[in-house]
Amino acid sequence: MSDTEGKEVSDKEKEHSEEKEMDTAKSPKPRKTPPSSGKSSPKKPGSAKSGTMTPKSPAGSRGRATPKSKGKREEIKMETPAPEEEEDATLPDHCEPIFLSSKTQTIFSCVCDSDVTKENRFKIIPKAAILEDLHNRAGVCDFHPIKNKIIEYPGEEFLLVYDRDFKFGQNFYICFSEETKEKLLHPPKKEGEVVEGEGGVPGEEAEDTTVYKYVPPQSKEWVSHGSEKEIKEESVVEMRRRLKVSVRRKRKLFGAPCKFTDRNVGDAKDGYVECTSYKDKTFDLQKIELDKGIQAIPWFMDSGTQTEWKYPRNANTQYYPREFSQHEQQEILKKKQTGTFMDGVCPRFQLALQQNEIMDVFFNDWLNLGEADNTFGSKADNHLKEYQSFADLQFSKEKKITDIQWHPTIKGIVAVSVAEKLTFDERIDNASKVIMTPSLILIWSFTDPINPQLFLEAPDDIHSFQFCPSNPNIIAGGCQNGQLVLWDISAHADRLKQPRGGNRNKRATVLPGFEDPNALKTPIVRYCAVSSIENSHHAPITDIMWLPDHVEINRMGVPQENKGFESCQIFTCATDNCILVWDTRPTKGPQQQQQGAKPKDKDGTKNPIGVPDTFKHLDLTWKPMLKVHLHKSEPGGDHAPTKFSIAEKQGDRGALSKATDGGVPDKEASVTGGYFQSGKPGSGREKRTLQTVKTHFFVGTEDGEVVYVDWMPQKDQDTGKIQTPKPDFYHTMHDGPIMTVQRSPFFMDILLVVGGWNFTIWKEAVVIDKNNPSSAESLKTLNVAENDALKSGPILQSAPNPIRMTSGFWSPSRPGVFYISKVDGSVDVWDLLDKTHEPSITQSVSPSAITKIYPHAVSHKQHLLAVGDSSGTLHILEIPWSLRLPAPNEVTGVANYFEREVKRRGFVVQRWDFREHEKRELEAEAKKKAGIAPNVLLTDEEIEYRLKLEYQAYMEAEGNFLRELGITKEEEPLPQT
Amino acid sequence: MSEVEETIKRIQSHKGVSGIIIVNADGIPIRTTLDNSTTVQYSGLIHQLAAKAKSTVRDLDPQNDLTFLRIRSKKHEIMVAPDNEYLLIVIQNPNAV
Repeated sequence: MSDTEGKEVSDKEKEHSEEKEMDTAKSPKPRKTPPSSGKSSPKKPGSAKSGTMTPKSPAGSRGRATPKSKGKREEIKMETPAPEEEEDATLPDHCEPIFLSSKTQTIFSCVCDSDVTKENRFKIIPKAAILEDLHNRAGVCDFHPIKNKIIEYPGEEFLLVYDRDFKFGQNFYICFSEETKEKLLHPPKKEGEVVEGEGGVPGEEAEDTTVYKYVPPQSKEWVSHGSEKEIKEESVVEMRRRLKVSVRRKRKLFGAPCKFTDRNVGDAKDGYVECTSYKDKTFDLQKIELDKGIQAIPWFMDSGTQTEWKYPRNANTQYYPREFSQHEQQEILKKKQTGTFMDGVCPRFQLALQQNEIMDVFFNDWLNLGEADNTFGSKADNHLKEYQSFADLQFSKEKKITDIQWHPTIKGIVAVSVAEKLTFDERIDNASKVIMTPSLILIWSFTDPINPQLFLEAPDDIHSFQFCPSNPNIIAGGCQNGQLVLWDISAHADRLKQPRGGNRNKRATVLPGFEDPNALKTPIVRYCAVSSIENSHHAPITDIMWLPDHVEINRMGVPQENKGFESCQIFTCATDNCILVWDTRPTKGPQQQQQGAKPKDKDGTKNPIGVPDTFKHLDLTWKPMLKVHLHKSEPGGDHAPTKFSIAEKQGDRGALSKATDGGVPDKEASVTGGYFQSGKPGSGREKRTLQTVKTHFFVGTEDGEVVYVDWMPQKDQDTGKIQTPKPDFYHTMHDGPIMTVQRSPFFMDILLVVGGWNFTIWKEAVVIDKNNPSSAESLKTLNVAENDALKSGPILQSAPNPIRMTSGFWSPSRPGVFYISKVDGSVDVWDLLDKTHEPSITQSVSPSAITKIYPHAVSHKQHLLAVGDSSGTLHILEIPWSLRLPAPNEVTGVANYFEREVKRRGFVVQRWDFREHEKRELEAEAKKKAGIAPNVLLTDEEIEYRLKLEYQAYMEAEGNFLRELGITKEEEPLPQT
Repeated sequence: MSEVEETIKRIQSHKGVSGIIIVNADGIPIRTTLDNSTTVQYSGLIHQLAAKAKSTVRDLDPQNDLTFLRIRSKKHEIMVAPDNEYLLIVIQNPNAV
């Protein structure tokens, strides 16, 4: 049963799909129907019904094939697509296709596709217009073929229909009946049709039979719309092998008769399977309610930008203080307010000022505590400690050290000059021996206590030498024979700077067997210049000094500015009553000659090996540029200088600032290098005169005199010659030759003089150079009494010491301390602030007499004292800290001390005058007592009278004497006066 | 001689006084015994310092006021007496006393 039903359904569906196909294919179908068929049906005036039915024909046939209720539905379906198309299928009744040319179209304003379109196909044209056109154009008119019909047309207007698709063969067709025209213009409503269609079903069938014509359906190309996929899914494909089931039955049972019995359904258990419903636990899950809220919010974003603020800013400002004018100030000062303010404020100031005057509340006692420990005699170590000693067995043994100099720049280098220990007579006796032994300056380094670093060879024994302060490679020395010698050790400077003796290092590099026997030897530096012997001193040079590098003096002794800041002038003194000034720069004349001769020299005779020609121009022709002869104030010989000291100090450039212009500065002299060769000595015109440089200086003599003299030569009033003036003063204070004249490093005008058995300290009188206007300032500070006092002698004179002193030296760090060496090999340390009647420390240093001492500050924490003795040994002693560190305010303390001493001298001088006066008075008193002197003062007449009496008494006595001798007669009267 | 001059002379007569300056409220010197550049510097700087000191004292206690300022330095002591209208500066070298 079900099988047949299913078949029916499938048939229906089939039919349906066929209908669909029909629908789709319908539109082209009607065109093929001949126009005559269409023409036939709507010809009846009331055939609105039939007209609408005509297109139904295919459906009608179908409806007939399957006369089911569905047909109605299908009809509606069919109706909807295009009702007009049905009309188009046949030319309506009383219509005639007509072709209108474009001209005709324009005439009747029915241009294709502009006035009339597919949608708006109708155009009403009045009959008159057509007739007129027929009349106008006659045979050309498009209406001409249907001229009769137009004329016959009862109506006034024609309906022209645009036939775009040329369905009826022409582009237009025209209506000739009012009914058709009405029908075309107002097609009947669709619903109405349907209702009418239903209503007229029976009649319809009868009509359909006549109209119906079978048109075989034409297959079309199949177009895929995805249905094949569905079909594919629907179709069953064998995916596996088919199951095979074999059913067997006993053979005897085949065809065996069946025995059917009744039984109760309830009894049979195997009859059915019951599947009872039960509650499945799997689905026993309870829904959990969940509250969930979602809210859409916009994204937040933080971002920032910053721009640098460029704003105008002051790069520079200049301002000046606001000030009141003189007038304004006066105005304000006159105000009463100001006065009251001052009155109100004044007491406070007076209080504060007075407080300060009474005492210094801020005085720090702690700083001044503990000073007691620093002074001598306390437990602190205050002895000179032996640091090192140098002695050369070959060259310094059995000779005496004459001078010691520390190297000005390199630490731990000390130079020593040695001389034979011979008196003048012995020297002459042993002349041959003396000439054969070399005269040397030994340069020692602390790194090598056995071998000297350098020997400086001299023509004769050196008694005094000094490093050039501006170039320590230049050394000037004074010889026993009065010559001045110069060395240039530039070539060996590295050797001195080396930390270890240079000669030791050499050994390592030399091949064995090829050692230079001289490699270990200390190099001997030959002098590079020696002064002309005729123009030199005629006695041993006892003191030598380089002039400070900022000063030079000209031939007239006028101190001038030294532009090059290179020391080039040397003072020397010897016991031939002279102090000479030398200039290392060549003199104009001879130099030019020499320079001309130089090239020849170079070709021919060369310098001795290793001698630099720094001073070639001076060698053997060197003459002093200024000679200071020390005349004595009174007849009886001249002063024989042994030591001297000038006021100007190396490194103190104060004098330069006060210099006065002497003319155009000589640029050439300072710019061109090689100051020893360049520059002219004594040409003072271009250089500035240094007014403040003192030309007076102290000289110590062989006779123990201290002479104060001006080196500037002056015109002598008696002879008219220009020569050194007589000394300002001299004093004989020492009972032996002066060994030291040295200025204190702290006080420019304080000098230590050592000679014989005592020492003296002098203060230089500033006031004495009356020619020097710059000293006028200092004149005010010193009154005449003091001036006299300064002339009167030393401000301190020590008591004669039992042992002769040989040398003295100020401490470089303590203003009140100086060292004195003695012939018994001991060193005295004097501290003026401690005691002045005896040395603070006396320490024995050497078994032989000490000849020279020289303290030197190696560093801030180490001060060394070089002591040279007469056995050729150089002792280096370390100065204890108590002698090294100055006490607080020591400078002022010592300065005050010197001031007091100056006052004391002033007092002494005053007392001298007083005593002189007193002495005279006392003498007069004594005479008076003896009756010699009269009680009262006599007038001149009385004195004359007395003299007469005396004369008479004398004449009487003479007469008696002559009478006794019998030369005159007895009674001869005496001549009367 | 005016009152002001008399007072200045009286202060000057004290030992160690090396300078006296009268400054107005704007820090402009009115009367001085020092040279111009020193005066300008002292008056400008001390005026500021005194103003600061005055405000400090006032801030600590509004009813209080600065009457006198003493600055002790290594070299000298600077004494300042401020007032509404003027400022008196005295420089004393106590070591010279």
